[in-house]
Amino acid sequence: MNATSLLVFDGLLLCSIVGLAWASLASHDERRGVILFIAFGLLLAVAWGRLLAPDVALAEAAIGAGLSGALLLAAVRKQSPGSSRTHANPDRNRSESGAKVVLQWLVTLLCAALAGTLAWALLHALSSTPHDTLPRAISDNLVASGVSNPVTAVLLNFRAYDTLLELAVLLTAVLGIFALGQATAGYQPAGPVFDGLVRWLVPVLILTAGYLLWVGAHAPGGAFQAGATLAAAGVVLRLAGRSRIGLPDGFALRIVMAAGVGVFLLVGLTLLLLGRSFLDYPPAWASALILLIETAAMLSIAATLLLAFVGGQPQSAGVTAAANRQREEISR
Amino acid sequence: MMTTQVLYGLTACVIVALGLRGALLHASLLQRVVAINVMGAGVFMLLIAVAYRGPGLPPDPLPHALVLTGIVVAVSATALALALARRLHAEQDND
Repeated sequence: MNATSLLVFDGLLLCSIVGLAWASLASHDERRGVILFIAFGLLLAVAWGRLLAPDVALAEAAIGAGLSGALLLAAVRKQSPGSSRTHANPDRNRSESGAKVVLQWLVTLLCAALAGTLAWALLHALSSTPHDTLPRAISDNLVASGVSNPVTAVLLNFRAYDTLLELAVLLTAVLGIFALGQATAGYQPAGPVFDGLVRWLVPVLILTAGYLLWVGAHAPGGAFQAGATLAAAGVVLRLAGRSRIGLPDGFALRIVMAAGVGVFLLVGLTLLLLGRSFLDYPPAWASALILLIETAAMLSIAATLLLAFVGGQPQSAGVTAAANRQREEISR
Repeated sequence: MMTTQVLYGLTACVIVALGLRGALLHASLLQRVVAINVMGAGVFMLLIAVAYRGPGLPPDPLPHALVLTGIVVAVSATALALALARRLHAEQDND
């Protein structure tokens, strides 16, 4: 492809992205806004591919557009049908006094000023001579990192600390969700066509997750993309109205949720005991340790994202059965 | 300085501003969450644009790793924000 046609492609892509962002934010209907946001996320994934960031493209498609979209759509569904439009017109027109219009213009000006400052900073940074010390340090030490995909090397070796804390953030978020309420009601059992699709889709998603986990060592992929794909299998099962969506019950669920942070910490502390610094893998073991951490992280990420979609602590089958028995006894 | 970097970088600035405006002005909590996600996407685009080194050259992997982390943190924050909004609606309905 020559430079001009690439420029045309860039222009069309960026116009669509800005247009979708604008349309999503300007929409008065929440459901419409969310659907436009999902389309926005998918086009972003194309943009990441165009900028040679395939790892990010995969994560954006699976997490940014896919799971965020599913979470947002589920949130729209949970609100009562009428309330999704309450913010639209009647009372707003009434209260839209002069002061409000002035405020809107002030906010718009502020945001334009922010965009200008950002653009100035960006152009300033781009026009100065690029510092390539960090990229060079990464490529020089890639051999010792245990993986050949530089993004995985940064995430799981050079900056493993960040990823450990990121898993802690995920865990904290899901504990917060648990504290806020019960799981939401499930969906109606699906019709035969969707049910047939689910039978094919779920095994394929699980297989894809395993592939993404394994291939992350030397090509685009890794624990986050794999975890999101695994969570997507659970989301599909839940949408099909299944009562069991692949989450373990009770104590086992807690183990799976904490596995990512737990295994990461165990590896780090063991290395400390062996006289190395925290998360400083011996080069000979790096590859195996990274795979171990990534496997645990994938399971935790999948469980966490799925629990976020479910919206709270799921009632385990045993507990529900016990509650039913109790109710029957009382009624007797 | 490359055209591609500038083009994507300037678009990123516009998306950040659009997202911030939506987050400040929307009345609906859900749409504010969407707006904050749009703003985050703008920040990600800024980082990925800076990481781009031109066709045929390997891009800087460090911003890519940062953005991957950012995407996961964004989805956890979104999930928590939506759970908070749901609880808030439930409390309001009870009153």
